[in-house]
Amino acid sequence: MGEFTMPSLGADMDEGTLVEWLVAEGGEVARGDVVAVVETAKSTIEVECFESGTITELLVEPGTTVPVGTPLAVIGPTASRGRAPSAAPAPVLTGPALTTPLVRHQAAEEGVDLQAVHGSGMGGRITREDVSRAAHPAPARITASPLARRLAESLGVDLASVKGTGSRGAIKADDVRAAAGAAGEGPAPAAPAERAAPAGPPPPPAGTRAAPPPGDRLAIARLMTRAKREIPHYYLSTVIDLASALEWMRTENGARQVADRLVPAALLLKAVALAAREVPELNGHWSDDRFVPATGVRLGTAVSLRGGGLVAPALADADRMPLPELMATLKDLVARARHGRLRASETADPTLTVTNLGDQGVETVFGVIYPPQVAMVGLGRVTDRPVAVDGMLAVHPTVTATLSADHRASDGADGSRFLTALDRLLQHPEDL
Amino acid sequence: MTRDEALETIKAVIEEVVPGADLSSVSPRENFRAPLEMDSLDFLNFVELLSGRTGLALPEQDYPSLTTLESCADYVAAHTQGTQQDPS
Repeated sequence: MGEFTMPSLGADMDEGTLVEWLVAEGGEVARGDVVAVVETAKSTIEVECFESGTITELLVEPGTTVPVGTPLAVIGPTASRGRAPSAAPAPVLTGPALTTPLVRHQAAEEGVDLQAVHGSGMGGRITREDVSRAAHPAPARITASPLARRLAESLGVDLASVKGTGSRGAIKADDVRAAAGAAGEGPAPAAPAERAAPAGPPPPPAGTRAAPPPGDRLAIARLMTRAKREIPHYYLSTVIDLASALEWMRTENGARQVADRLVPAALLLKAVALAAREVPELNGHWSDDRFVPATGVRLGTAVSLRGGGLVAPALADADRMPLPELMATLKDLVARARHGRLRASETADPTLTVTNLGDQGVETVFGVIYPPQVAMVGLGRVTDRPVAVDGMLAVHPTVTATLSADHRASDGADGSRFLTALDRLLQHPEDL
Repeated sequence: MTRDEALETIKAVIEEVVPGADLSSVSPRENFRAPLEMDSLDFLNFVELLSGRTGLALPEQDYPSLTTLESCADYVAAHTQGTQQDPS
């Protein structure tokens, strides 16, 4: 059987809110169909499903916030509609799962069926974290309302021990209160029992969440803390002369309709993607204590949102995409990141991220790497600077390009090769 | 297009590109990009929409004339003269 679960739409996402179902029970879906709209702390995203079949059951109501990995719907084989989801044994085999020997070993030890694990790694690859999650799925397998979950947490009640009285055995807040009351007499841990002891309505769990930091701030805080704790960053910087690149762009744009004109960011992003292909040590992910180079370049592009916050949609195959197409894709992604909706596949698994300050802001930016990526490229404001040209002083548009890289995956020499390649590529804009 | 009409068109386009833009905070001779936090893609979007509304090609070398409300209104008013009749 297939479960459609709350996807991880970025390394900093722990939970998401189901906003809307775009399918109904009994509806048929094909792999890649957009089936739901999910709101994360940062944006609203259209989520595709990973397999084909019939939606046999929708498990989560719109408006519900659930942790990543929580089953949202059951997808059965097309012919077997109406079968009880939990009893459905029919495995829809979609070919061997992508794993490594290490992962298979762990799966065997923990008794996890890899076919049933949804890989969160590159290209659906199953990581050790996925196996651990599958081996200890307790919270995800229990159907409970968000209030009940919070209540259970604050009262120290194990949801697995609570009998649900809601529809299909879902645990409601009252069930948790009842269990907490009973636990006071049972062999429950002392602390929670004491907290549950005063009869009557327990203190509202909202107390601890009355004024939480904005969700996106919290998510960014967690991710950046993890990045700085785990990743030994090193930093390189170089100033790149953009005179020929921008001159070429102006000539090109002269012959183009407004809608087809290029911006410097498109040239810079294309050059970064090509440089990343030349220096594969910077393009990929750190996973299970080793560097896994990526096969293509999915260039994350940090986009600031009006009113604060950041999203980093990914330009797939940025290294192979012709410049006009990259420009069109960039415009579309940024517009939808700001005003509309991104697809889940557009936010997933960048192999390298660029933060680009464009033509506003400061000259130099050293980014913090988004785990599990191993590098972050910073492009400052394009600004006129004095440069030496053939022994003479000239004023040219320039950009300060920086690299923050993970010293576990690469060394300074690799990073230096990358920035040198970036400079060289930008001196030949006609080849981009 | 009269200058007033040009200015109204420009403001409408800006509000479309930057929803909720507070144009009252932008002085006529100030580059409006920084206070409205318009990046290069926003500005391109602005040029694209303005080109559509006015029928002007707005070549890239003229971008510097389009960055303040005043200069942009002057530019649009001047360049639409003769290329199209004032709408009645």
